[in-house]
Amino acid sequence: MILAARNFKPEIRNFIGIKGFWLSAFVISVFFYIEGKGLFPKWMFSLPRKWQWPIKDYVSDFMIWLTEDASFGFFTFKEMTRGLAGLLEWPLSFATSLLSSGFLEGQGSQAVQVLPSLSWISVVTVVIAMGYYARDWKLAALVGGCFLYLAVFGQWDSAMITLASIAIAVPFGVAAGLLVGIAGYRWPAFERSISPLLDLMQTVPVFAYLVPILFLFGFGPVAAMIATVIYSMPPMIRISIMSLKGVPSEILDFGNMAGCTKRQLMWKVLVPSAMPGLMVGVNQVIMLSLNMVIIASMIGAGGLGYDVLSSLRRLDLGGGLEAGIAIVVLAIALDRLSQAFSQRGSPTYHESKGSFVQNHPWLTTVAIVTAGTFVLGMFVPSIQSYPESLEIGIGESLAEAVKWINITFFDALESYKTVVLVYFMVPVKLVLLKMPWAWSIFLLSVLSWQLGGIRLVLLTLCLSLFIVVTGMWEKAMITVYLCGVSVVIATLFGVPLGILAAENERLGRIVQVIIDTLQTLPSFVYLIPVVMLFRVGDFSAMVAVVLYAIAPAVRYAVHGIRQIPPALIEAGITSGCTKRQLLWKIKLPLALPEILLGLNQTIMLALSMLVITALVGTRDLGQEVYIALTKADTGRGIVAGLAIAFIAIIADRMIAAGSAKARKRLGLG
Amino acid sequence: MNRTSRFAVALLGSLALSTLNVATSQADVESNDPIKLTLHDWTGQLLTTKIMGSVLQNTGYNVEYVQADYIAQFAGLKNGDLHVAMEIWETTGREAMDEAVASGTVENLGETGMEAIEEWWYPSYMKDVCPGLPDWQALNDCAEIFATPETAPKGRYLGGPVTWGGFDDERVEALELDFEVVHAGTDAALFAELESAYQRKAPVLLWVYAPHWAPAKFEGEWVEFPKYTSECYSDPSWGSNPDLAYDCGKPTGPIWKVAWTGVKDKWPGAYKAIQGFSISNDEMSNMIIEVDLNGKDIDAVVSSWVDANKDRWQGWSGQ
Repeated sequence: MILAARNFKPEIRNFIGIKGFWLSAFVISVFFYIEGKGLFPKWMFSLPRKWQWPIKDYVSDFMIWLTEDASFGFFTFKEMTRGLAGLLEWPLSFATSLLSSGFLEGQGSQAVQVLPSLSWISVVTVVIAMGYYARDWKLAALVGGCFLYLAVFGQWDSAMITLASIAIAVPFGVAAGLLVGIAGYRWPAFERSISPLLDLMQTVPVFAYLVPILFLFGFGPVAAMIATVIYSMPPMIRISIMSLKGVPSEILDFGNMAGCTKRQLMWKVLVPSAMPGLMVGVNQVIMLSLNMVIIASMIGAGGLGYDVLSSLRRLDLGGGLEAGIAIVVLAIALDRLSQAFSQRGSPTYHESKGSFVQNHPWLTTVAIVTAGTFVLGMFVPSIQSYPESLEIGIGESLAEAVKWINITFFDALESYKTVVLVYFMVPVKLVLLKMPWAWSIFLLSVLSWQLGGIRLVLLTLCLSLFIVVTGMWEKAMITVYLCGVSVVIATLFGVPLGILAAENERLGRIVQVIIDTLQTLPSFVYLIPVVMLFRVGDFSAMVAVVLYAIAPAVRYAVHGIRQIPPALIEAGITSGCTKRQLLWKIKLPLALPEILLGLNQTIMLALSMLVITALVGTRDLGQEVYIALTKADTGRGIVAGLAIAFIAIIADRMIAAGSAKARKRLGLG
Repeated sequence: MNRTSRFAVALLGSLALSTLNVATSQADVESNDPIKLTLHDWTGQLLTTKIMGSVLQNTGYNVEYVQADYIAQFAGLKNGDLHVAMEIWETTGREAMDEAVASGTVENLGETGMEAIEEWWYPSYMKDVCPGLPDWQALNDCAEIFATPETAPKGRYLGGPVTWGGFDDERVEALELDFEVVHAGTDAALFAELESAYQRKAPVLLWVYAPHWAPAKFEGEWVEFPKYTSECYSDPSWGSNPDLAYDCGKPTGPIWKVAWTGVKDKWPGAYKAIQGFSISNDEMSNMIIEVDLNGKDIDAVVSSWVDANKDRWQGWSGQ
């Protein structure tokens, strides 16, 4: 009915109405900008404390109750979480012993090594074997090379600590994600109810829930691992639900005909058929877990993340970069390996002939190498751990390079920076801060009405009013400003780069490598050189955000251009389009929905990065979350984290609605 | 899939090849449970903690180091997850420490002997362009030299992270300084900017603290404000500005040791040794320089201190 009524309106009048509305809105906004703060009472810009709804106090009180009083009768809530942490500690300490510390007996400094850890030679052999098993010699060489790099560049010990925690966090994330996904597949109502929760898990910054995790699970690697699992699980849940739904109904019917029980149907039919999709989820979990390495090291995970942080505290840029690159290298190895496993077809069954050794050449090799290096390692230390004298490092050269850039180009950079600040960033900031909140929310609601209708309006209203009543409006506007400015710049650079990369195969490959590196390299590594060149302040934060968030803008633009049906482009060429017309009239409009999705992702990444840029001194919600973390203030952190999540959700829903509209107009369905 | 799991089994099998027997030597101490000392992310604290740790180990105690956040660790100290924190700075940690001590489960074990200095700092070459320094009254004459395009005509002062406190905004107002306070988010960012300015010999005015490697690596001085007294912070009428407090410099303050209250009963000997721990600013600065500027290994620096000062640390526990 509603749809019919809306279509009934004459298009032309509608168009003039919309235009007129935005024109007058613009005039009113200009008026606010010039006159606003003097004419209106102060509460229209930031709500006084006594009117605020003290949600953060409720959250903090709830947390205190949870850790001190909550009880199930036989045991308290805290005993339960501590018990859980104790359980998780077993596999984690096993993995750490195996890869890094060796098996110990006793506690603390009195512990005595019972068995050494795996030697570096046998770990490299294992990954080479896995690479060959998963695909071919090329992959084996790549993965082996990555691990050798870790040894040669002196990152081995830390890398193995990191690998151990990932090796345990990933299976937990995958298993939990799969189980929740299956539940979501079985009961649609459950799926609907967890969907908003997943949105929050993906958008609330990790810093916001680190404090409660510390309270509940204690200090140390286990708490860090739990934070990692929470952060990396949502994509697994989503992908599980999607790929289970994507199993063709014929297969299901076949399973039913064969008389499967419900359980058999799930585990013997559905899950194996959905395996390729599920493996994509596994890959996501691995990558997100590696993203967490730095943050996890802040609460006691140690490993490569700790090396990055402590080198940068000493301003040892080379050391920070070495450890950062080690994270990238580890990520590349694990990513390629897991992708190869996901693309590997189901194993074919061979009649076994010959002896065990002939049937399992790799298993035998690995076993022999492991046993051999174990025995030899007792006598020759360089077999057990890579000799320090053969390690190399880039150390000083990077610091020298930054120094050279700093001395030679600082003045030039400073003048570009001033131009961008004065003519772009500062005006945007002022506009956002000078609008009364009610007016901003009103405009936002009108926009969401145009894009998506009444449900979207209600959503944006509720979420943005939450930000107002918790007293976060001003900080939220600074967040929107920093994020918005960065997204605009990332899009301005990213989309054209993506279009160029899509047309030119060679350039495409180079761009791909660069953006992959930028995304896996811990941002803290480039944050410090950025500060050296641009000083502490909004501009440095913006540069760091752009570097991190440009990846999806490029990637989706490439994808958007490449997925255009060739027939449409040929049609353009035959009807005599020039190259420019081809781009502007055919390629860009058709790629628009994809580009919008990329924009959406860019916004999400920019928001997640703002928490990191708080480390160079911004004054937005990210800073609020960071302060709450250092003051161990649960409520403050969660509320600020939710405010960030709500900004993300509003942006996401509005862009999704806009993208759907664009698709409809283009007849893409 | 099947074959990979067999890999794992093979690995386990090879590890189980032999088990060695262990005989732990147990010294005569009250409890063999590990005493958990917290490690943070700055070198001085790592040194202090590891010195304490090796001293305890040498007297027979079992020690474990736990990585924890400076403020967040109090949650752990309160419920006995963590036991000892070796460096709580009067200047940055007082509030959290007082709150924890008030809860009755954390206790202050006294001063470490080190004195925290925190103040506005500038590199020596700034004296050439602003000859009135280090007197604070010269700052206003040189405000424009310290200005950047964002802050001009006011000077720019780079303060510590907001969480460090320090009342710099209040100080600027009370002393009527033509400066804008910009807060760095972390100490890494703070010193990155100093390093950058120092390379270019560019004007910079920022928060520097000691013991730290920066005052050793870079040549410079602290600005001399009117000397701190507690009245200055609490009583507006004190000092040059009759209407506002904070018209003086920052306090220097001791660095404290704190522990979970259970330590006293569980490891009385260790408790005594921790109370006795004392080390001077100079000693600490030298060790920090060894580690951060000369690239030595922390553990090596710690063990050479412990070897060289045997008499001293044996005296801590009063043996």
